[in-house]
Amino acid sequence: MEKAEAEKQKGEGKLLKGERELVLPGDKIVESMDFLPGKNCFREGNTILAKRLGILSVSNRVISVIPLNSVYIPKPGDMVIGEVVEIQPTGWVVNIDAPQDAYLPLSGVRKFIDTTKMDLSKFYGMGDIIYAKIVSSNQGSIHLTMQDSRARKLIGGRIAKINPAKVPRLIGKQGSMISMIKSKTGCRISVGQNGLIWIDGKKCNEVLMVIKLIEDEAQVEGLTDRISEMLGGEEKTKAGSTGNAASQGTEGHSQEEGVKNEN
Amino acid sequence: MQPAKARKGIHRRKVLKMRIDKRKYDELRPLEIKAGVIPNANGSAMVRMGKTIAVAAVYGPREMFPKFKQKSNKAVLNTLYTMVPFSTTERVRPGRSRRSMEICKVTRQALEPAIFLEEFPKSVIDVYINIIQADAGTRTAGINAASVALADAGIPMRDLVASVAGGKIGKNFLVDLCMEEEEETEADVPVAYMPRTRQITLLQMDGDLPKEDVKEIIKLAIKSIEKIYKEQRKALEARWKKG
Amino acid sequence: MEKRVIKMIMQDQYVLDMAAEGKRVDGRKHDEFRKIEIEKNPLEKPEGSARVRIGKTDVIVGVKMEVGEPFPDKPDEGTLMVGAEFSPMASPDFEAGPPREDAVELARVVDRGIRESGAIDVKKLCIKKKEKVWIVMIDIQIMNHDGNLFDASTLGAITALLNTKIPEYDEKKDEINYEKKTKVLPVTCKPVSVTFAKIGNQIFVDPGLDEENVEGGRITVTTKDNGNICAIQKGSPVPFTLDEIEKIFDMAIEKGKELRKLV
Repeated sequence: MEKAEAEKQKGEGKLLKGERELVLPGDKIVESMDFLPGKNCFREGNTILAKRLGILSVSNRVISVIPLNSVYIPKPGDMVIGEVVEIQPTGWVVNIDAPQDAYLPLSGVRKFIDTTKMDLSKFYGMGDIIYAKIVSSNQGSIHLTMQDSRARKLIGGRIAKINPAKVPRLIGKQGSMISMIKSKTGCRISVGQNGLIWIDGKKCNEVLMVIKLIEDEAQVEGLTDRISEMLGGEEKTKAGSTGNAASQGTEGHSQEEGVKNEN
Repeated sequence: MQPAKARKGIHRRKVLKMRIDKRKYDELRPLEIKAGVIPNANGSAMVRMGKTIAVAAVYGPREMFPKFKQKSNKAVLNTLYTMVPFSTTERVRPGRSRRSMEICKVTRQALEPAIFLEEFPKSVIDVYINIIQADAGTRTAGINAASVALADAGIPMRDLVASVAGGKIGKNFLVDLCMEEEEETEADVPVAYMPRTRQITLLQMDGDLPKEDVKEIIKLAIKSIEKIYKEQRKALEARWKKG
Repeated sequence: MEKRVIKMIMQDQYVLDMAAEGKRVDGRKHDEFRKIEIEKNPLEKPEGSARVRIGKTDVIVGVKMEVGEPFPDKPDEGTLMVGAEFSPMASPDFEAGPPREDAVELARVVDRGIRESGAIDVKKLCIKKKEKVWIVMIDIQIMNHDGNLFDASTLGAITALLNTKIPEYDEKKDEINYEKKTKVLPVTCKPVSVTFAKIGNQIFVDPGLDEENVEGGRITVTTKDNGNICAIQKGSPVPFTLDEIEKIFDMAIEKGKELRKLV
């Protein structure tokens, strides 16, 4: 949002909280019908209020709150990591660390499966970890699909868990952070929007340290550079001098996904 | 709340001008609130009101088990209030008592109106409240802690809920009673309230008073709740402002 | 029905893989404890209390004193009782309800360490032979579970006991005045436990939750100030060799000395 516009809005629409300001549940944000309540906001009469603890964001007269802490709320299009917890005749129940389990129907698998001839557990067995896409999420049912180039069964490696609200930060602007971590450590990393992160490679521990730092760190500014420095390696100067690690053109799909969801 | 017969010295302190711990009648005990005290939980808080210490942890919203307890249109709020064995002068036997079961219920009902439960069908939000030290007002301290823990967990809410008990000793109306006062008060009235929406979400009373007096106690409690509400907000800001 | 938390199967494999290289997931040395913090008497109501944090594991121990009858076979000795509560607050894996096997085991191991070491001079807790003795009740409240509850609880129990004051007791009225706590509880020594995990063929001290979740061996050894062993609990189906046990004893005695300094 333009600065001038912001001021204008503050004057006219009487924004009671500044943009990027911390808001708590029930905080009044604006008393005006000129604004629309977006994500994590609600309207009472002509007042828009915050529903969740988070950071206020105003764009195109839509008021929303970016949560700072929350369990993962599934959104269509998100890539998530989950564990197969139940095999049913027509699909798999997958725990994705969300308010409800997700369901991966047979139709969500790329291959045609003849259930009369094939045991579903041969495909995905109990306890298998998968990287899947959310197709729909409404009224208590979450559907997954593997019909996506990124989707796959995750074998080997390890899984870290972070606050789902911090996932955009791990991914960075246009995937800058995650691609930098990948290139510096040589690890394969899949980021689930549900806060589960799969890492495989020799420098796994470095990646975990970095992830922990990103989760704990308050300041976002300059974090990419600092982490780049921490990880060291030959690309240090490059990342440092440009001040924008996004210039490394090794972004995978998962990062783009993250960026999309950040907005 | 003590049974009426436990209040031995109802009239003993009638003549005294000051409260037993030298507080003013509308003054809260020293209040301390801290958010984010249990790393494993999705959200948590500690509330200390005088010697009473309550810790609350929130898990979820998460899948509800057993499945038949799920509600298809909203989340279930599950509250569990427990006094730890060493919280009182005489050791509390572990396990649920009739008293704790009742408190679980009223606590749940005090918090429920604040939460957008309809956003999470089939799931459960677990709120665990442990009273680490009890010196009267444990249910109100528990509600204060639970409310902060819920907000800390990022649960969508209409408002924070704050709570305190009021009473009357002699001619004086007072709030946030300590153990000695609770034994003497003519009535014990725990109140929980959402300051923004101005709605009372918990109201209990035991005692023997005319309605004017009860009204007076509730009004006084609400005044103090505004102060607690400010402290709850400060605790959340202290934890999250940096982020 | 059990609550389900995403089982970190890959995490387990990772712990095993690291152990095969002689490393620990959090980079600690074999004989290195996490950071230990001990708070003495943080509470006023119990006769003695302690809060112990080992890494993110957080335990509160409270001691209550009551007057009761002695056991018929020990008519002039005070009695000891230890309880442990795994509050569902402490971990997404804990459930509400009566104590689980694990909680009972924890309480009993702490109990044995204190009882067998003779840490409490129970003869001094006799008020009237055959009729009245002090009962020392130790309750362990788990606040946050991140592995090695045994050592945290034992440390908490002995710290709480060392800070316990006995309330005044009026024999004629049979009343305890909890307002007046005068005498110090007679504590003769400081039993401390050291818990080990056996993962692959590696022995690690102070296992974290990641390490405990792996199907490996677990053994707790409680030692006294003079180096004697007063309690052992092998708490898993994985067998140990005699060589390993000997090594564990030596480490338990050595580490015990360090822990005792903190109490």
